[in-house]
Amino acid sequence: MRRIITMTVNNRPGVLNRITGLFTKRHYNIESITVGHTEIEGISRMTFVVNVDDERTAEQIIKQLNKQIDVLKVNDITDQAIVARELALIKAAAPPAIRQEIYTLIEPFRASIVDVSKDSLVIQVTGEPEKVEALIELLRPYGIKEVARTGTTAFTRGSQKAAANQKTAFII
Amino acid sequence: MAKMKVEEQEKAKTKARMSGSLMLIEALKEEKVEVIFGYPGGAVLPLYDELYKAGVFHVLTRHEQGAIHAAEGYARISGKPGVVIATSGPGATNIVTGLTDAMMDSLPLVVFTGQVATSVIGSDAFQEADVVGITMPITKHNYQVRDISELPRIIKEAFHIATTGRPGPVLIDIPKDITTAEGEFDYDQDVHLPGYQPTTQPNHWQIRRLVEAVSQSKRPVILAGAGILHANAADELRQYAEQQSIPVVHTLLGLGGFPADHPLFLGMAGMHGTYTANMALYECDLLINIGARFDDRVTGNLKYFAPKATVAHIDIDPAEIGKNVPTKIPIVSDAKAALQELIAQQGKPADNAAWLAQLDEWKRRFPLHYEPEAGTIKPQKLIEMIYELTNGEAIVTTDVGQHQMWAAQYYKFNRPHRWVTSGGLGTMGFGLPAAIGAQLADRSATVVSIVGDGGFQMTFQELSVIQELRLPIKIVIVNNQALGMVRQWQELFYDKRYSHSLIPNQPDFVKLAEAYGMLGMRAKTEEEAAEVLKQAFAINGPVLLDFHVRADENVYPMVAPGKGLHEMVGVKACEESSR
Repeated sequence: MRRIITMTVNNRPGVLNRITGLFTKRHYNIESITVGHTEIEGISRMTFVVNVDDERTAEQIIKQLNKQIDVLKVNDITDQAIVARELALIKAAAPPAIRQEIYTLIEPFRASIVDVSKDSLVIQVTGEPEKVEALIELLRPYGIKEVARTGTTAFTRGSQKAAANQKTAFII
Repeated sequence: MAKMKVEEQEKAKTKARMSGSLMLIEALKEEKVEVIFGYPGGAVLPLYDELYKAGVFHVLTRHEQGAIHAAEGYARISGKPGVVIATSGPGATNIVTGLTDAMMDSLPLVVFTGQVATSVIGSDAFQEADVVGITMPITKHNYQVRDISELPRIIKEAFHIATTGRPGPVLIDIPKDITTAEGEFDYDQDVHLPGYQPTTQPNHWQIRRLVEAVSQSKRPVILAGAGILHANAADELRQYAEQQSIPVVHTLLGLGGFPADHPLFLGMAGMHGTYTANMALYECDLLINIGARFDDRVTGNLKYFAPKATVAHIDIDPAEIGKNVPTKIPIVSDAKAALQELIAQQGKPADNAAWLAQLDEWKRRFPLHYEPEAGTIKPQKLIEMIYELTNGEAIVTTDVGQHQMWAAQYYKFNRPHRWVTSGGLGTMGFGLPAAIGAQLADRSATVVSIVGDGGFQMTFQELSVIQELRLPIKIVIVNNQALGMVRQWQELFYDKRYSHSLIPNQPDFVKLAEAYGMLGMRAKTEEEAAEVLKQAFAINGPVLLDFHVRADENVYPMVAPGKGLHEMVGVKACEESSR
């Protein structure tokens, strides 16, 4: 099962190494990790997506992460109302003849063209990982030269009240 | 106002400018460190120069592995953190085994490694190794000092982290230029670690649940681990077990936490545990784990572990609760605090008279057993003789393997902090250096280092230290001319293909002892063994004893790998021979 875990850590040398090392040592599979600064100086925020089979493994991951001295707080936000986003840059083969078609294609995804060259385009898309996935699949027949994805970064929503019932609606 | 002034003045006194090396010495004094185990080298020369000037008690072991195992032995007996210094590169990589050992067995260590100067870090400089990277997964926490101003804070944090919560090793990597740089030494600051707040007091509601569970239980048992010893909770454990009349089994590392001669004691559990202890774990309806981590050597196959029991687990490390065994009553707490609370609650004891009768019956019918044999030395008998000669009062250190299991089975530990063994990592070569640290922690104790002929040869260079400091350690080599436990497994599970486990041509250990300037004696029969032991323990100085034991003796009972605790082999009933 895919789980999204967020945490705040001291922004010290080697912290990311500490976290990824822990995952390697304990044989947990990481799908993605994103790291960036928070509003507080010296504290960074990480979001990572892991694939685990059961609740116990998820609990164990969180406990092990919590044991790290430089980890301040860990949250499994999978079952909460969250905003989860990913950014992807897709370099697609696009000779002038089919450019218009590609423009039309990406429009419903609210993606944008951020670079144009003689025979390719760079498309920027943000959203749920599934949405990014869908766009990449749509573009694949046209020929994809390169894809760069950031991995998921996520937040719990400010309001959690209706979360239990309307979780799916919120995530979309 | 006047009070403020005095405090300010006091604070100013501690705020002096000094070199990094001197800061380290000052910090160690503040931490009341009595002994440092170490080995000098290029990157720590400024530090060693300062040690020289300060006249700090430093033990020069003959290998860094010796230094760190000695520090572990010291920590285990004294309860204080063991302090180690090693140089950069090879010095640091030589302590990797000891760090892992201390991590697995939760021993508090503060380890200083030298590092090449900050200007050349990352350039593959002479004797450079990425020590922080290497030791990250095998330390509770580690640091590299990048600025002299951080040094006092880091040392203070390191001692705090190593000794609080679940104890463990902390490493500080200090580049050479930091040891010579000057800065302000302020050791009067509070430790501020928002990400590290160990829970030491139990949750009342969970304690309540445990009290209820005990009162409803018919077959309760306590599994007590080394957490009892770390928390100095032996008295509380005894009081609680007696109050509720709950029988106790120990893990290998917990031995001594509960008196071995107590009627409620069932022995050690696990792969080479007693029949009664293992069957108690299999048959119990309530298992109270206090300070043990459900290691696979204790549980056997998890599928058959305590299958009928409600599991309660008291541990200071929340990550241990539920890690291997699903737990119904989790209590995150220091063992002492939890036991005190349980004693204070005075819950209704379990209705377990039938259970206790059953356990007594098992104890009587299936005790630990070996066949005496004339003309040879039975290793079990050897341990029993040592036990009797030392009145069960000695500090015993071991390596890993058959001799370790026999020592655990046949030396009865009636009080805490007498047993020093490598449990989690199972480190050959641990016993001898650990004995050095143990003896330095308790100068008046009789220290017996029981080692195998294999493990002894991994760290025997430390004989030099024992001789130099005239430590009256009795080194007992259980010599079966083999890597005994490997041989046993090959006999049982590899059809007697003794692939590289037999060592028929051992050196003359008596002459080796003499080469190091100490007395060596050998025995090949039980009578000789009794005689040399008597002589050795009468001498106030180090003695090396080489016992040629029955070589094909195996450790029983045994739970084979993959089996449940109830599937022990090598159990012999007292009345009839069924083995």
